[in-house]
Amino acid sequence: MSDRLRIALLLAPALAVIGLLFGGGLVIAVMRSFNWMPVIGLTEPNLDAYRNVLSDRDFLQSFLLSFHISFTSTLISAVIAIAAALLLRKTFVGRQTINFLFQLNLTVPHIVGAIGILYLFSQSGSFARLGHAVGMIDKPGDFPALVFDPWAIGIILQYVWKEVPFIGVIVLAQMQALGTDYESVARSLGASRWQAFRHVLLPLILPGVLSASVIVFAFTFGAYEIPALLGASHPQALPVLAYKSYTDVDLASRPEAMAMAVIIAFLSGLMIWIYLRATRAAVRG
Amino acid sequence: MRRDPPWFRSLIGLSGVLLIVWLVLPLVPLLVWSFARGWRFPSILPNQWSLQAWDYAFSARSGVLESLGITVFVALVATALSILVGVPAGRALGLYKFRGKGLVELLILAPVIVPGIAVALGLHAVFINLGLTNTVTGVILVHLIPTLPYMTLVMAGIFANYDPAYEQQARSLGASALQTFWYVTLPAILPGIIVGGLFAFLVSWSQYVLTLLIGGGRVITLPLLLFTFATSGRNDITGAVGIIYILPGLLILLFTARHLSGTSAAVGGFGKI
Repeated sequence: MSDRLRIALLLAPALAVIGLLFGGGLVIAVMRSFNWMPVIGLTEPNLDAYRNVLSDRDFLQSFLLSFHISFTSTLISAVIAIAAALLLRKTFVGRQTINFLFQLNLTVPHIVGAIGILYLFSQSGSFARLGHAVGMIDKPGDFPALVFDPWAIGIILQYVWKEVPFIGVIVLAQMQALGTDYESVARSLGASRWQAFRHVLLPLILPGVLSASVIVFAFTFGAYEIPALLGASHPQALPVLAYKSYTDVDLASRPEAMAMAVIIAFLSGLMIWIYLRATRAAVRG
Repeated sequence: MRRDPPWFRSLIGLSGVLLIVWLVLPLVPLLVWSFARGWRFPSILPNQWSLQAWDYAFSARSGVLESLGITVFVALVATALSILVGVPAGRALGLYKFRGKGLVELLILAPVIVPGIAVALGLHAVFINLGLTNTVTGVILVHLIPTLPYMTLVMAGIFANYDPAYEQQARSLGASALQTFWYVTLPAILPGIIVGGLFAFLVSWSQYVLTLLIGGGRVITLPLLLFTFATSGRNDITGAVGIIYILPGLLILLFTARHLSGTSAAVGGFGKI
């Protein structure tokens, strides 16, 4: 058997599964978003769904909200993750514990973290009770709305909780591979601690931080259950809006739901493209 | 390296403590709630402790055990299928260089990055016609979308450090293809299959929106049930079910701690749970 045939046979089942389920799902979503489905007699594709969606205030608000959630969570997570990785690189007493907690946290499903955030930060949650105990608030309503709030603070807190360990372990692995030699040289040449970090270490770890951040951004942009649980009733995050309009009793709104799904997929596609550019740049050095 | 000044060491210690507290914090109320009874504002701790929530969670009428069974079954079958399909693909990607390899890798990685809801809406339309919506089979199939990439990537890493010459030696000594696989290949790649399989299991275990859409509210896995309890205000039961739900991940972590250290591909796999 030639190598070519062997490779084709080895890959065939995986490509069939991903091509049919993943590729098929995407293709159908695109076709239906154009209201084009020859099998069921829809033979004239049109852009109505996109026109409706893009001119809809709810959609624009949801899009901006989702973008805000993703951008803010990713940025905060990346900054804390870099700091945490710097911390974990040092030898100190709590290192083992944090290492274990990082990995434990990675196995905890998002929905559990979301419920934990709800119980901590809601207006009758643990922090509100502490606030009452020290006399800062009288009743639950006095506590600032940190979940179900228009700024999506609860959602962002949950993502930061989950994604700091994710970016952190990737950055830490990178730092450990690099070692401290470069920084030592910079320090011995008179660089301050900050200068050695800013001009030596940070540029070296940036490609890794960027590619991990891209994964986080795409994930947080498309995730459903966290904004469904912790989000305000209006505006809703884009995936929640897409799901709602798909399951709407009015079947006519399905092409609109598909258009939203395609827009979510397109944005993650854009992220993959940036990701590839970043990793290629990293390989080139 | 110069020794750090004392203030810097205190800063590191303090940040370390803060980080530990923050990482544990969201899990604490779940645990406390699961043993609480009527824990109203503004009590900092429950006035009464009770095992009621746990009793209810393990009773037949709560549906938790049934849900647990479905979740385990879906995850096990999705994992087994991922192993069957992912091991050959990992072999092709780990052992060979070929034209279009970058494209194949991208295609296999894409489901990790493209959000499930984007795919699931389109797939739902097809699954309706195939009679796969609202069925366990449909849910298992759709779980393959996120599980297969992890399995394949872990196996590609394993096969990149694998020497196929042993197989040729076994064959030249008279072993059949099946014997060669069983006695030579399998023992060498088994650690990868175990780690990749555990990832696949956890990834399936954590799926929410794919199950919600394709299962159509008929296939109630544990996260769906947990969501229902959480939104119905039964905090004590939510706490108990939440703890039950994270236990397999904890067990898998303790089990794979040895295999995990330093394997960034594997750690990366954990990230999307």
